Amino acid sequence: MAELVGLAEGIAALVHDGDTVSLEGFTHLIPVAAGHEIIRQRRRDLTLARMTPDIVYDQMIGAGCARRLIFAWGGNPGVGSLHRLRDAVENDWPAPLEIEEHSHAGMANRYTAGASGLPFAVLRGYTGTDLVRHTSSLATVTCPFTGEVLTAVPALNPDVAVIHAQRADRKGNVQLWGLAGVQKEAVLAAKRCLVTVEEIVEELDARPNAVVLPSWVITAVAVVPGGAKPSYAQGYYDRDNLYYRRWDAISRDRDTFTGWLADELGS
Amino acid sequence: MNWEAEEIMTVAAARALAGRVACFVGIGLPSTAANLARRLHAPELVLIYESGAIGAKPSKLPLSIGDGELAETADAVVSVPEIFNYWLQPGRIDVGFLSAAQVDRFGNLNTTVIGDDYRRPSVRLPGAGGAPEIAASCREVILIVRQSRRSFVERLDFVTSVGHGSGPGDRARLGLRGKGPVMVITDLGVLEPDPQTCELTLTSVHPGVDPETARRQTGWPLAIAAQVAVTPQPTAQELELLRDLVKRSEV
Repeated sequence: MAELVGLAEGIAALVHDGDTVSLEGFTHLIPVAAGHEIIRQRRRDLTLARMTPDIVYDQMIGAGCARRLIFAWGGNPGVGSLHRLRDAVENDWPAPLEIEEHSHAGMANRYTAGASGLPFAVLRGYTGTDLVRHTSSLATVTCPFTGEVLTAVPALNPDVAVIHAQRADRKGNVQLWGLAGVQKEAVLAAKRCLVTVEEIVEELDARPNAVVLPSWVITAVAVVPGGAKPSYAQGYYDRDNLYYRRWDAISRDRDTFTGWLADELGS
Repeated sequence: MNWEAEEIMTVAAARALAGRVACFVGIGLPSTAANLARRLHAPELVLIYESGAIGAKPSKLPLSIGDGELAETADAVVSVPEIFNYWLQPGRIDVGFLSAAQVDRFGNLNTTVIGDDYRRPSVRLPGAGGAPEIAASCREVILIVRQSRRSFVERLDFVTSVGHGSGPGDRARLGLRGKGPVMVITDLGVLEPDPQTCELTLTSVHPGVDPETARRQTGWPLAIAAQVAVTPQPTAQELELLRDLVKRSEV
């Protein structure tokens, strides 16, 4: 059963140096506050996995938390580059960053295999691209029924998944809705998971298209209102698009970034 | 009405969506054009965003691929594994609409790195995202890319998404089931793959653009069709709706 914890306590208990960590969220419900807590607690040598690393991964990479990144698309959506990610890949600042690069379809299937307890997933993808030459976690597999050669990607089973959801009940059953990304798969694929929520409610009433993750598949739940900002939580607050634009200026320069890190996160 | 090169590019791209049912939309220029098409001649066009929104009807341009309004206005919202596995992969979607940092003469795309060394690039770009499978599995692909020698290159620094590979028959050999790029719309004109060689050929120019200008802005010896058409001028309605859409989308 999920334990109700404080955010700092949850991160301290669940996220360890050297872990493979997935903070998932596809534009919506990004667990930003949890990422900031990982920075505050100065975790190091993490392998960060995510389909769409955005500004919270930029911040974690710039703060020196990551040794390796597994991803499909690393940008500031609609704005441009992630400058801290670029600085790490192009100039090893603040530390070298290994990358393992996939497509969205590949990452989604890696989590699906992980959640399904299978060693790999099969898809039509990657053929003819240079990803095949540079990403070692790609192979082909021959269909035993038709003989067709398909692409295989290995299961992704993070040590920890961290997601943000709209709400949970007192027992720790979690409910989220709207664009649900790959969070269900990430949670079910991970060995441990922490869910931050906007609020605890007495009763989870039915919601269209809601994903419910029962308490018994979740390690810990922490109440963090606004924990997805500057991304959004449908039904609670909107995406702060202006902040995404502002991040471009903050992150472009190392000194401005380190100033931000000291001011905002005391790190 | 006067117009900018960027505007006629977007208008031409919106017009190219006439008669389509469903369009898998990348963010940026493709999203602008697809949303303009919905306001003009294709109100029923189903916009599909990789964030899982099927049939999104945003009132303004989303900044990201997953802005709240996409989910709120969608016919259906599905998970990311589902959008790729159930909707894109089987070839249900008519047209994929993509952009890129680099394109080559066969419509292959690079959105990964600039520079010779993948591990130590001069510019690290965002990466593949949904593009490789959109390019592989949509029935047709339309590209929208600003034309210059930096973007229209002899050789890609990285093949992120396959267009026509190295020429005729390559897509079939690779097992890519969609037709691949059928049109590249730029700020100078429109290129289409030659039916025999698959090589992108300039088939029309925007008003006031000389085909030689397009050739100068291309990093390979650009093939020019025997008859080069001229894009019809943007209408007042097209420009007004486009400008309104851009204005109301300002952050």
